[in-house]
Amino acid sequence: MIEHPILFLVGITLAKIVCVLAVAVAAFAPLLIWAERRQSAMIQDRLGPMRANIQILGMNITLGGMLHPVADALKLFWKEDFVPPKADKFLHAIAPMIALIPALAAFTVIPFGNTLYLDALNQVLPADGAIESAHAIQLQIATIDVGILFIFAVAGTGVVGAAIGGYASDNKFSLIGGVRAASQMVSYEVVLGLTLIPCFMVYQSLRLEDMAMWQHENTWGILNPALFFAFILYFVAAVAENKRVPFDLPEGESELVGGYLTEYSSMRFGMFFMGEFIEVVVLGALAVVIFFGAWDVPFLTRSGFDVFGHYLPMVHWLVALIQVVVFILKIIVLMWFQLMVRWTLPRFRYDQVMKLCWKGLLPLALINILFTGVLLLAWRS
Amino acid sequence: MTIGVKVLKKPPRTLAEQAYLPETVKGLRLTMSRFFKNTFGPDSEKEIATVKYPEETRVYPERFRGVHRLTQRADGSPRCVACLCCSTACPAQCIHIEPGEYAADDPRAGYERYPKVFVIDELRCISCGYCVEACPCDAIRMDTGVHMPASTHRDHFLYDKETLLSLPGADGSLLTANTRPEPGDADHPGIDRDHH
Repeated sequence: MIEHPILFLVGITLAKIVCVLAVAVAAFAPLLIWAERRQSAMIQDRLGPMRANIQILGMNITLGGMLHPVADALKLFWKEDFVPPKADKFLHAIAPMIALIPALAAFTVIPFGNTLYLDALNQVLPADGAIESAHAIQLQIATIDVGILFIFAVAGTGVVGAAIGGYASDNKFSLIGGVRAASQMVSYEVVLGLTLIPCFMVYQSLRLEDMAMWQHENTWGILNPALFFAFILYFVAAVAENKRVPFDLPEGESELVGGYLTEYSSMRFGMFFMGEFIEVVVLGALAVVIFFGAWDVPFLTRSGFDVFGHYLPMVHWLVALIQVVVFILKIIVLMWFQLMVRWTLPRFRYDQVMKLCWKGLLPLALINILFTGVLLLAWRS
Repeated sequence: MTIGVKVLKKPPRTLAEQAYLPETVKGLRLTMSRFFKNTFGPDSEKEIATVKYPEETRVYPERFRGVHRLTQRADGSPRCVACLCCSTACPAQCIHIEPGEYAADDPRAGYERYPKVFVIDELRCISCGYCVEACPCDAIRMDTGVHMPASTHRDHFLYDKETLLSLPGADGSLLTANTRPEPGDADHPGIDRDHH
């Protein structure tokens, strides 16, 4: 069947990219916009947007408000693409792309399922032992050794987009917003990296697929006391890194109009907006992979469910499907929680944000590294 | 002389408040309880304040002052005796009445008058309800329970006597619950034609 291994590889990789993009961009981003509006409405005893509709054969289809993101996208496409007369045209144009592309690129190393054996889809796999297969597919676009460092490197580039966007707009509010975004994201980048070091120590790998496998074989990271602590720190740092409420100082509308977004309209604004939402998904997915067992489902092994000796065999494709779906569900739950926090807390003051980072999270992250080291030593001996 | 300055002490914060995390959890408990109640709870427990307007309308309270109506007597004639109390009481001066005398052979002639013209400019009306309070015969009421219907023409808001008489109250009746003895009835409180 494989006459051209290279073509097979390229084809499979392209298919994975399309799948991930379809889920991340086409499904998650609108879903997040919808969830953000409806969820906040439910919290605040409102109904939220629910009127956008399509009429097909006399039926009024609203999908519970899910068509509003579609209407928004259409509106953004048709809006005037305004560029301030004295703005740096080139930088102003590429800033949204710089913000959006890294967010998308970070998806490449996220493992969204266990290894898939294409030629054994309809068989029940043996519970353990290596499997010889020419058609083994990693459900991950790229398996690279640096794994998580790649995500940090790429996600760190996102700050450039916000900073350039603020600088190029020829607007003081934009500039302050851009500067705030830059300093905030650079600061929290440090903490974000440090909070995850205990995870590397426990999993002994930087590769996300290894972390997922470790948790599949042992237990979810969150159940480890050191990693539980790390998760809380990571969650705070991730929300701050995303520039989301309560850390959305760069676009604090009460003081900065719209921050670095002020002079953006039409699809350029849409790209910033989408980049932000995709980053939420990325950091959510990362948390799921590192702390919540990635695609792991309790009691589901490669060959089926195994609950304390009660064995329910399942064919390979079903197991893989359950794992991918559960992975997506975990991300959704985490994003739901993130939105819950967003609609609970009011915005910080800027000095509080910086203080929280350098005087709060950073020392705690360092202490947690020490704590993890002690724990690991205690386990070994 | 300096102004007296009262220095207020900042309320002390407990360690839990200072740590922020327990307080966040507290806040999350509140928002989550609202979220789950309004999203997944039974309809009776939802506390959504929004009214889906064109499809649903808010129920007006029982004593809501809606469009005016002129109540009728049992024989269908207006109860109004054109005493001009309402138009006098009206602070917006939106009621216009031209009184008329009954014909000499009418049993009511000499006792009361009737409105030849009775026009209310509903656009001028401030819905204060003074006209209803002022009316001695319970002839004008605002108990239709109907909001002023919209129109693109100002003339449509000038309600004449026939329109006002044709509007039923919220209970559907063109009359009122209060009885009105006619001149000549045994329980008519006024003097009769023989001045007794």
